[in-house]
Amino acid sequence: MLEATDITVTYAGLIAVAGVSIEVKAGEIVCVAGANGAGKSSLLKAIAGMEKAKSGTVRFNGEDLAGVPAHLITARGIAYVPENRRLFPRLSVRDNLRLGSYIYRAKEDREAPLDMVFQLFPRLAERLDQRANTLSGGEQQMLAIGRALMTRPRLLMLDEPSQGIMPKLVDEIFQAVTTIRDTGMTILIVEQRLTECLEISDRAYVLQTGRVTMSGPAEEIRANPDVRRAYLGL
Amino acid sequence: MTAAIVIQSLASGLLMGLLYGLIAVGLALIFGLMDVTNFAHGEFLMFAMYVTFFCFSFFAIDPLLASPIVAAALFVFGAVVYLGIVRFAMRARTNVGMVQIFATFGLAIVMRGLAQLLFTPDYRSIPHTWLGGKTVSMFGIYLPAPQLAGGAVSILAFAVLYVLIKKTDFGKALEATREDAGAVALVGIDKNKVFALGWGLGSALVGLAGAIMASFFYIYPDVGASFALIAYVTVALGGFGSVFGAFAGGIVVGLVEAMTAMVLPPSLKSVGIYAVYLLVVFFRPRGLFGSI
Ligand SMILES: Nc1ncnc2c1ncn2[C@@H]1O[C@H](COP(=O)(O)OP(=O)(O)O)[C@@H](O)[C@H]1O
Ligand SMILES: [Mg+2]
Repeated sequence: MLEATDITVTYAGLIAVAGVSIEVKAGEIVCVAGANGAGKSSLLKAIAGMEKAKSGTVRFNGEDLAGVPAHLITARGIAYVPENRRLFPRLSVRDNLRLGSYIYRAKEDREAPLDMVFQLFPRLAERLDQRANTLSGGEQQMLAIGRALMTRPRLLMLDEPSQGIMPKLVDEIFQAVTTIRDTGMTILIVEQRLTECLEISDRAYVLQTGRVTMSGPAEEIRANPDVRRAYLGL
Repeated sequence: MTAAIVIQSLASGLLMGLLYGLIAVGLALIFGLMDVTNFAHGEFLMFAMYVTFFCFSFFAIDPLLASPIVAAALFVFGAVVYLGIVRFAMRARTNVGMVQIFATFGLAIVMRGLAQLLFTPDYRSIPHTWLGGKTVSMFGIYLPAPQLAGGAVSILAFAVLYVLIKKTDFGKALEATREDAGAVALVGIDKNKVFALGWGLGSALVGLAGAIMASFFYIYPDVGASFALIAYVTVALGGFGSVFGAFAGGIVVGLVEAMTAMVLPPSLKSVGIYAVYLLVVFFRPRGLFGSI
């Protein structure tokens, strides 16, 4: 479904992502794990068209995304939930969700995914008239995922959904990710929390200072002695 | 001074204030949307007044009838100014603020120069309009019909704007872009399109004001300058970027101006506005209705 090949992202000469290639197949949950500063967010931004890659190609369902502006990448079926969530802070939960279905504004059933969103995150249904910036960190993450789902993506990209969230909600969000996959969506998730991420994903890539140092099925990565020592503290 | 005279001048001040609001709202809209101050706003007004004048002199279209045409023309003009100039000014790598100021300021100078060249510095006016010279009397006060129509057009325009912003998808896209222009792509919105439409809408509103103004003000290349100054004060009073603050700010400016004219000689009629402006800046810098 998604093939990102040889992606390089630089910021004023500083290399953040150095020739990374990843692949996500339809129906998979793929995790890109790595420490702070490894280049995870830069990789997602390059795929989403929010940051221009210096080199490399991104193909989505066989189509080259080179030069496609970010808003059209969303329209083609890639939803991206960035690490700082980027909600519309002074708009209500309702308006944030409704804006998620903006591309379907001419359609009768524009709010069709709303049922699923409320099933996943019942708290959102209770807070429809609240401003987005009055929600807790976890609720904001739920809203960001909900808004992304309203764009009816085929691929959902999540940047550290567990960041800045109380532990109880972290489980809820990871649980939601698997539920979303079970509806037939494909998921690319980027995380520092390797353990939880490997638990829900099918395959994983480990990113270190801009390079892929390891990749394979999630169980294999979990069993790898280097990973156990470096990341899992075992 | 009798009560009747006071009420009479407050009523005219109110009507003028409604127009000030309509003149200023485009400035507030664009500022709120993208933090860009259009220093050519007064020249947009001047341009709209000339378009109205030529509609009358070439095609004998009454200003009231021409107002939608002028608004449409200014809509296109505003969108083109964004797409052709402002968009590029915003891409500056360093000192974006300065580049934006000079871009719109430069546009103002060019527009004024072109107006001098093409239309001559002569003062023009539209000699006879449908409403010209007519007055309406209500409760013992007399109001000139063109100003009354202007006030009505302003209220109507603000009502339509309210519905557009609060009830339509375009309005939500506008609010979202205003909140975080970098994030609207996440929901499939093209921010450049919203910016262009925002410039179009803001310009159409000043176009509407220009059409009304042309029916009772002289039209000349520098006419925008003094009204632009009032528009900046109106926007500051209303709260920078607040569309409905501009409405209220305009009314305050109109009323204060009318009250000043009652007690001070005509040459000092602007003193009151600037005094209120200074008070607001000192004690409530975000404006009377600003929500920052
Ligand atoms: N906008 C930016 N400007 C300059 N450097 C950046 C920018 N964004 C990220 N970087 C740098 O690029 C590297 C990778 O960052 P990032 O992709 O955010 O990593 P991660 O998401 O894995 O923490 C870091 O060294 C970071 O400091
Ligand atoms: Mg990151």
